[in-house]
Amino acid sequence: MAPVPVIPLYHFVVLAAVLFGLGALGVLIRRNALVVFMSIELMLNAVNLTILAFARYRGLPEGHAIVFFVMAVAAAEAAIGLAIILNVFRVRRSVNVDDAAMMRN
Amino acid sequence: MELVFFYILAAGALLGALLLVCYFRNPVYGAISLIFTLLNLSGLFVLLDAHFLAAIQVMVYAGAIMVLFLFVTMLLNLQEDELGGPRYGAGKLLAVVGVAFLTWQLAVVLMRDSGPVPGFDVKTLPAAQMETFGTVEQVGRLLFGDFLVPFELTSVLILAAIVASVVIAKKRI
Repeated sequence: MAPVPVIPLYHFVVLAAVLFGLGALGVLIRRNALVVFMSIELMLNAVNLTILAFARYRGLPEGHAIVFFVMAVAAAEAAIGLAIILNVFRVRRSVNVDDAAMMRN
Repeated sequence: MELVFFYILAAGALLGALLLVCYFRNPVYGAISLIFTLLNLSGLFVLLDAHFLAAIQVMVYAGAIMVLFLFVTMLLNLQEDELGGPRYGAGKLLAVVGVAFLTWQLAVVLMRDSGPVPGFDVKTLPAAQMETFGTVEQVGRLLFGDFLVPFELTSVLILAAIVASVVIAKKRI
């Protein structure tokens, strides 16, 4: 790897912040549970980008292991979350998050 | 040259994310635009010398996880009236303002930390460590060395997730 990075670090950091913001916006303004879930994945990826950028510019390879664990947790979360969405759809015949606001009935 | 690649990949990632959040109503199109974003992010990982994680990003995220999303979306087979449009006006405006504030704060805090650190220079790091930065070898040594216990616990977590998703999605056990 080149000893001095060409791209300034704040480029990556601002891009990650904007991607995280878009993900948060998707969680807030969309009502389809699948799209909300994909927005959460987008936020996780923005965090991964931040960790990797700081790992590269501070010379800390430990960040790569942490991103690896974030990906493993995201995979587990996707499997369980989609199973829950399937079950909610089976009960309510809808994937609208507003329809699943009640804990029972 | 690297800067040009950065801007192309960043524009692609932002475009995919924007289309997912603000444009497509159908989750299938949304999933495909998210895959586009993830592939662009994988390119950004390569720019950050995270070669192993760039490959994992394509295989696990853009491959396995997004296929799972598409699979479930097509299994649900949503009709046009079930897709769920965006929220009503006032709440949406409030969300946009709040998220813009959050993004601004996030960028300010992270940019404050992204300046040079006193007494630290990437050039002074050991050359052997820098040559293998982000390769499978180095990440593997980390995962089976310092991070061995979390790595093994990850396998337990994934086993629990497999069992839990089967239990949740099954009609009758």
